[in-house]
Amino acid sequence: MNRIKQKLQEDSPSAGRAGKILSIYFSAGYPNLDDTVKIIQDLEKSGVDLIEIGLPFSDPLADGPTIQESSTAALKNGMNTALLFEQLKDIRKTVSIPLILMGYFNPVLQYGVEAFCAKCEEIGIDGLILPDLPLDVYQEEYEPIFKKHGLINIFLITPQTSDERIKAIDDASEGFIYMVSSASTTGAKQGFGAEQLDYFDRIANMKLSNPQIVGFGISNAETFEQATKKAKGAIIGSAFIKHLTANGVAGIGDFVKQIR
Amino acid sequence: MKSYHADERGYYGEFGGAFIPEMLYPNCEELRQNYLNIMEEPSFKDEFHQLLKDYVGRPTPLYFAKRLSEKYNTKIYLKREDLCHTGAHKVNNTIGQILMAKKLGKNRIIAETGAGQHGVATATVCALMGIQCVVYMGEIDIARQAPNVARMKMLGAEVRPATSGSKTLKDATNEAIRDWINNPVDTHYIIGSVVGPHPYPDMVARFQSVISEEIKNQLQEKEGRKNPDFVVACVGGGSNAAGAYYHYLDTPEVGIIAVEAAGKGIDSGESAATSALGKIGIIHGSKTLLMQTQDGQITEPYSISAGLDYPGVGPMHAHLFASGRGEFISITDDDAMKAGLELCKLEGIIPAIESSHALAIFEDRKFNPDDVVVVNLSGRGDKDLQNYIDYFKL
Repeated sequence: MNRIKQKLQEDSPSAGRAGKILSIYFSAGYPNLDDTVKIIQDLEKSGVDLIEIGLPFSDPLADGPTIQESSTAALKNGMNTALLFEQLKDIRKTVSIPLILMGYFNPVLQYGVEAFCAKCEEIGIDGLILPDLPLDVYQEEYEPIFKKHGLINIFLITPQTSDERIKAIDDASEGFIYMVSSASTTGAKQGFGAEQLDYFDRIANMKLSNPQIVGFGISNAETFEQATKKAKGAIIGSAFIKHLTANGVAGIGDFVKQIR
Repeated sequence: MKSYHADERGYYGEFGGAFIPEMLYPNCEELRQNYLNIMEEPSFKDEFHQLLKDYVGRPTPLYFAKRLSEKYNTKIYLKREDLCHTGAHKVNNTIGQILMAKKLGKNRIIAETGAGQHGVATATVCALMGIQCVVYMGEIDIARQAPNVARMKMLGAEVRPATSGSKTLKDATNEAIRDWINNPVDTHYIIGSVVGPHPYPDMVARFQSVISEEIKNQLQEKEGRKNPDFVVACVGGGSNAAGAYYHYLDTPEVGIIAVEAAGKGIDSGESAATSALGKIGIIHGSKTLLMQTQDGQITEPYSISAGLDYPGVGPMHAHLFASGRGEFISITDDDAMKAGLELCKLEGIIPAIESSHALAIFEDRKFNPDDVVVVNLSGRGDKDLQNYIDYFKL
């Protein structure tokens, strides 16, 4: 069984607060080119439930300054798709938690979608998040390729997504739905207002068949708790990258501990 | 019959579509569902055409360039978009989109700009309508295009520097898109070219199509025929070209010539000739030809003309290239500058450096003496004076 599905079906994930999933995002190749494996291993040891490995892109449209900068720095360090696969080739010898690759569609298209998915399967990647690969194109052109290689494609919803479209996305989803907390790029907002909390309630009341994991705007224990009151889990990206910028790969465990 | 227009989903052949993150889906969907209906409303059409006439100064002349024609032994007509208010064809689109934004109930406008021409055209129509305007411009472009930055400020727009990536047009576009993600309800994004996610390429092409509509009528009057043998335009993103080709796309007897910026030469590493150097990929929400690394990272183009240094082309043009419907020619900085100066001397018209690229084809591309060749003179050269001064040591 796909590790993402398995993780989300477990009643009590590895650590902490009653069954809530903590997912961490980082840009591969940042702060140093060869930090990728060490970061993944330390995150697993620290009790994180899911890891999103960011494939850096020159033009990350949906990202705020923090992830833009880590992405640019990673590219400058020499990161590319083939190198990331090379770094990850033995990752399943030491790490067992679900791993997701997150990036923009163009580098995947250039690598070749089929070749990319085959490589993911070979390494033991469980899912992909490609925000600019739209639902209709995925379903018409790529779904069979993803399925053939055991990859779950994670879709996003936002506060502006219509109920009708949320249902369509729920139907097309496996694993979980990536619930963008507010109308923003990554790392933009601090804390949640009434509007976000209403949105969290609204989605919870829709009784979707897939669990939701909230991303964008979660940076500390307080926002993690708010985001996961109704949802299954939450994702931290920019705040973790800021931690890496300040501390390098030291103290990853301390960062995770202060979240939960 | 095969059509070179966009299909219902915004595809030109295999190019186009809407490769956008979910955050942009409602905005683009709202526009997609409404743009054709709004453009068909009589009140919209009336206001659009009235403004094009009284405010922009349309129709722009179709001018028979006698001395230029003699020199190259063919019949060259210039479509004088350089005479539009604000100095280029860009304003045709911004007039259309500001009216569209009003119909959609938006009260805030954002735009990207490279050299500043589209920014000025957007700031202009926002002033005209009394709507708040924010223009994103690369930090590097702000430094080298000070007069246009000043124009935008005089017109009441806020110019925000794009400080990410290479700090030029593509990054300004990224920043505008990020702004739209952060302001999805009240804001309309006025894209300046036939690029971006569906329905932008088609919508912008329709607003610019007034150019070829006028050419047809004017040519009928002057030559007794609606169709030229060739229509020539420069292509960066490709909005002036899309407008000049529009009514001829599905008329195979009209040759379509697209002129790209070769910069310092196609193989120099400093070029913007996307058809020669690009591969299919995704930029700013559109699947099109794109200059990129083998790894799929978008590369920075170069041209002496700020309006042509975009790493992609609109999907319409990618399809014209891939299908063979369009003839693509690339012109170096040097040849463009020479052709620009030649137009000054022969016809008393100082062209924008973008348009000079289109004029430069006559040196090598020969036409028959009775061929009617329409060149879209997309903009005037005032904005480029400093470049001309530096280049020719005037």
